[in-house]
Amino acid sequence: MTTYYSKDHEWISVEGDTATVGITAYAQEQLGDVVYVELPEIGKTVSQGDEAAVVESVKAASEVYAPIDGEVLETNDSLVDEPAKVNEDPEGAAWFLKMKVGNADQLKELMDADAYKAYVETL
Amino acid sequence: MAESDLTAELLPTPLHDLHVELGAKMVPFAGYSMPVQYPSGIMSEHLHTREAAGLFDVSHMGQAFLTGPDHETTARALEALTPSNFVELKPGKQRYTVFLNEQGGIIDDLMVSRPLSAEEDGRLMLVVNAARKIIDYAHLRERLPENVGLEIVEDRALIAVQGPQAVAVVAAHAPQAADLGFMEAAAMEFDGIDCHISRSGYTGEDGVEMSVPAGAAEAIARALLADERVKPIGLGARDSLRLEAGLCLYGHDLDEGTSPVEGAITFAMQKRRRENGGFPGAVRIQNELAEGPSRVRVGLKLEGRAPAREGAGIQALDGTPIGTVTSGGFAPTLGAPIAMGFVASGHAGAGTEVNLIVRGRELPAEVTEMPFVPHRYHRKQQP
Repeated sequence: MTTYYSKDHEWISVEGDTATVGITAYAQEQLGDVVYVELPEIGKTVSQGDEAAVVESVKAASEVYAPIDGEVLETNDSLVDEPAKVNEDPEGAAWFLKMKVGNADQLKELMDADAYKAYVETL
Repeated sequence: MAESDLTAELLPTPLHDLHVELGAKMVPFAGYSMPVQYPSGIMSEHLHTREAAGLFDVSHMGQAFLTGPDHETTARALEALTPSNFVELKPGKQRYTVFLNEQGGIIDDLMVSRPLSAEEDGRLMLVVNAARKIIDYAHLRERLPENVGLEIVEDRALIAVQGPQAVAVVAAHAPQAADLGFMEAAAMEFDGIDCHISRSGYTGEDGVEMSVPAGAAEAIARALLADERVKPIGLGARDSLRLEAGLCLYGHDLDEGTSPVEGAITFAMQKRRRENGGFPGAVRIQNELAEGPSRVRVGLKLEGRAPAREGAGIQALDGTPIGTVTSGGFAPTLGAPIAMGFVASGHAGAGTEVNLIVRGRELPAEVTEMPFVPHRYHRKQQP
């Protein structure tokens, strides 16, 4: 399993042709207390950069973008009832969705953990 | 989260270093660098204010005095620009009002207090919105009569302490604060420092706002924060607290196109002023009072969990557009989303079912009475 990171602060863990997507610890910290999560419909096809989900804090709504093209296979419905999980375990239990990898080449454009860490330090 | 990066040009308040020391996330707001939240986060800051006491730096707001030869002269000058009664405002009392343009739209909303001491007869203290102070001061300068001056206060900070424990905390340093009733104000000493304290605020809770010398602001804030009942609260929770209290935010819920009748703040218009007029836009406003306005600000309670933010459309159940959300978000005290917005008058009754349009979808909501969370002001018994 390999994990990649986007400049929009999503992480994507790839195993075979399935990928799990969520938001990073940095993103949840910037958002603050998450009060609402909106997930896509299963079977929806998204392109890289499309809005895949919405996460709202007390203060504002933010989009979660699809880091690569693909079809939504599964969503983490537990976040709907317990949105605060996004603050507690953003890079673990609070994954947003699983998708079928539509274009593996796009993963090369993303960052690995070290590159993402360095990127966050520039912000 | 796209905050602008003009940090270098932003003005610091006298409490800036303290905010940074406390770990605040600083953001640009109305030309100032302000704390939007501290490490504990908006939700916990909000709930702490409702349960105990929160300290807010509101030094970005404009403090000024109108100065005239006697109370009646100064009060009449202010009455010419607002729809409120200031001639009969008693010493030591505070009142909420609005500056009106010629069309009866709101230039700003503000608090006015009349000093308690006879030596200060003829002075009225104003507290105006940070983002409007330059406009307000120019508006006043152009219109005040020759014998009434505008004295802008540049050397004082403004600290709000809000919550059920707020007055007990402040009274440990300024005992006279406990004697104030809601919307009363007086000059008093806080640990020997000259302050002006009013029992009012922007959260719906009991509490005070303290105008203090800029040089003493940090010491005063530290003295208050040393009490374990007090936590520092940022602009994020200030906004969610005022929304739950049903209070307007200028530039969002009120603006130059909106009258006090549409804005549902007619409590700012006392009987003599409503009847006699004599303020800018009186024709429109008196007509709206008599006939009802064409649109009015209402509270909205959403059925689901998704918040509706400023700008969301409001539709009748048949899909007819009837208005727009002007403030909306999540209410930490209620654990549910709430909003306020303007709707066409026929749809303003409590219990009216509407849809709020968010990301192209209809979110069911109901028009509701405000405040969303009951006010807990310390009102003195009327004699």
